[in-house]
Amino acid sequence: MTPAQAIRDAAIAAAVAFGLFVMLVGLRTDVGPEGGLILRQRWGQVALLCGIVFAGRLAITTLAGRRALQPSTAPGPWTARLQRAGKLLAPALLAVALVLPAIPGIGRYELDIGILVLTYIMLGWGLNIVVGLAGLLDLGYVAFYAIGAYSYALLAQYFGLSFWICLPLAGILAAFWGVLLGFPVLRLRGDYLAIVTLAFGEIIRVVLLNWTELTNGPNGISGIPRPSFFGLPFSMAGGEGTFAGFFGIEPSPSHRVIFLYYVIFALALLTNWVTLRLRRQPLGRAWEALREDEIACRALGINITTTKLTAFALGAMFGGFAGAFFATRQAFISPESFTFIESAIILAIVVLGGLGSQVGVAIAALVMIGGFEVFRGLDEWRMLVFGGAMVVIMVLRPRGLVGTRTPSIALGEKRAIGGDLVGEGRG
Amino acid sequence: MSPALLEVDRVSAGYGAVQALNEVSLHVQPGEIVTLIGANGAGKSTLLMTICGQPKPRSGRISLAGADITGQPTHAIMRRGVAQSPEGRRIFPRMTVRENLLMGAEALTKDEPGPQMEQAFALFPRLKERLWQRGGTLSGGEQQMLAIGRALMSKPKLLLLDEPSLGLAPLVVKQIFDAIRRLNAETGLTVLLVEQNANQALRLAHRGYVLVNGRITMEGPGRALLARPEIRDAYLGGGHG
Repeated sequence: MTPAQAIRDAAIAAAVAFGLFVMLVGLRTDVGPEGGLILRQRWGQVALLCGIVFAGRLAITTLAGRRALQPSTAPGPWTARLQRAGKLLAPALLAVALVLPAIPGIGRYELDIGILVLTYIMLGWGLNIVVGLAGLLDLGYVAFYAIGAYSYALLAQYFGLSFWICLPLAGILAAFWGVLLGFPVLRLRGDYLAIVTLAFGEIIRVVLLNWTELTNGPNGISGIPRPSFFGLPFSMAGGEGTFAGFFGIEPSPSHRVIFLYYVIFALALLTNWVTLRLRRQPLGRAWEALREDEIACRALGINITTTKLTAFALGAMFGGFAGAFFATRQAFISPESFTFIESAIILAIVVLGGLGSQVGVAIAALVMIGGFEVFRGLDEWRMLVFGGAMVVIMVLRPRGLVGTRTPSIALGEKRAIGGDLVGEGRG
Repeated sequence: MSPALLEVDRVSAGYGAVQALNEVSLHVQPGEIVTLIGANGAGKSTLLMTICGQPKPRSGRISLAGADITGQPTHAIMRRGVAQSPEGRRIFPRMTVRENLLMGAEALTKDEPGPQMEQAFALFPRLKERLWQRGGTLSGGEQQMLAIGRALMSKPKLLLLDEPSLGLAPLVVKQIFDAIRRLNAETGLTVLLVEQNANQALRLAHRGYVLVNGRITMEGPGRALLARPEIRDAYLGGGHG
């Protein structure tokens, strides 16, 4: 692009920005001294914004034009570096997560964030089965999270069942709903599938909101029982039958937090382990083949119906586990916790991490959820920083942080090829 | 005549309002290479897909080794010993060559995939060289070899090939057709080949069918069809056949 073209391009961008900002920024209505509306004009700010757009567009075109394209068959330098770092990073992250409660300076607040991050890692890994491996774009994953949470809350409330009995039940119920969602959408792909799953997520939330007799509607369910340590409750009283009393230690509220931390840690590891195991088996490979090419799968005699339904069911099951955990940790749930934004965040974690990559999802969850907490001081600017960061990641690494697929079987050293070299993944 | 391995009896099929096949009948004997030629849109691929169960025939009957398979789901038909190399090859681009081959075996046989893989390598040594490479990084010819090798992994009785010469250089087409001939001669595998490349296909096949607008208009031994003037005019193109 010549300088003249670049300037023209930037001017067009600025003109578009002007068109937008005239109404959005330039004119503002305020309540005047007499109580009526008065129109305030803010042309200075409009000029400033248009100037920023002009300069930014100019910078993008000139910088992008200068960057030469370098063809190469190996993964890009970034990918290779990440790959190398990833080999060390995964065990390192695991070790840190394992000893986190024992690290000095880690208090209740940090552990709570840790639990939150691990919950999202687990949700990310669960959704990764559906979206990353089987390639079925699911925008309503939060529905299974909600089903898990409400399963536990209601079973505990009405039947007095304990967390450890309800945990598998919540998973089974969520898996059942996963299959139920799977049936009508078997023939849908991509955008159409996304719309239906999105609707499913909303339906579940609206039902929870309006079925007041069962779910207590918007008031939610409170007093959800906390999990016990193999039958020993965590109690500040420190009596004979409590956790602290049994082990003869000083009762402390942090015992329960540490226990919850290890519960979700174990649940997340279970999700990861199951996924990694399945990937090496015919079912997992069939999921990946399904993501690559559905027609070819048919031609090879793969039963598309069962392949899709198992992906939905397993993904939903882990969502249900995470939901039951969420309910017991919060001791209170309401439909408000299961809005579309949750689905979007979980999907963003999977996409940013690199579809199908386990360690990528973990890093993305850590960055997104941890970052969200770290930037709490920025108040309303937080979403802006957040959105900006996502755009930057997607521009620099369009296939996610770890955009390579490790072969499920390999001879000797596993070879990886950059994701940008092979066909675009379709939803 | 010995009983046919594949028998298509007055089958009509189509998509929505479009009638793509009109009372098509053909049969493939065990050990034969049969080719189906025809112009674009004649219904060749639809016929192959109908044999595989999708779309389902509106009328007529399809039987495989004497058993009626009309209207059965695709995966059930494939389980009866049919394998397909689909149009446009459709290998899995992000999976390695080895994983692609394994996908061909996994859904259909419980046997160890080793011997079948060796057979695929013997037929296409190139696949062995590329074993750990991603499917998407192979050349077009190699991808076609992979698609055929993948289909062979399930030890089929009947191999369906949909336009294996599509978009390939003449030399590569010759390689692939030679491999099909060898496979048929050495293992007695029955092949139904759909082709636009009528010249090469009719030279390879024992028998051929010509499909025009969803109807079979001619049939006969491959060489005999090749000699017919109307075939030469319509499919071998005056001057550039």
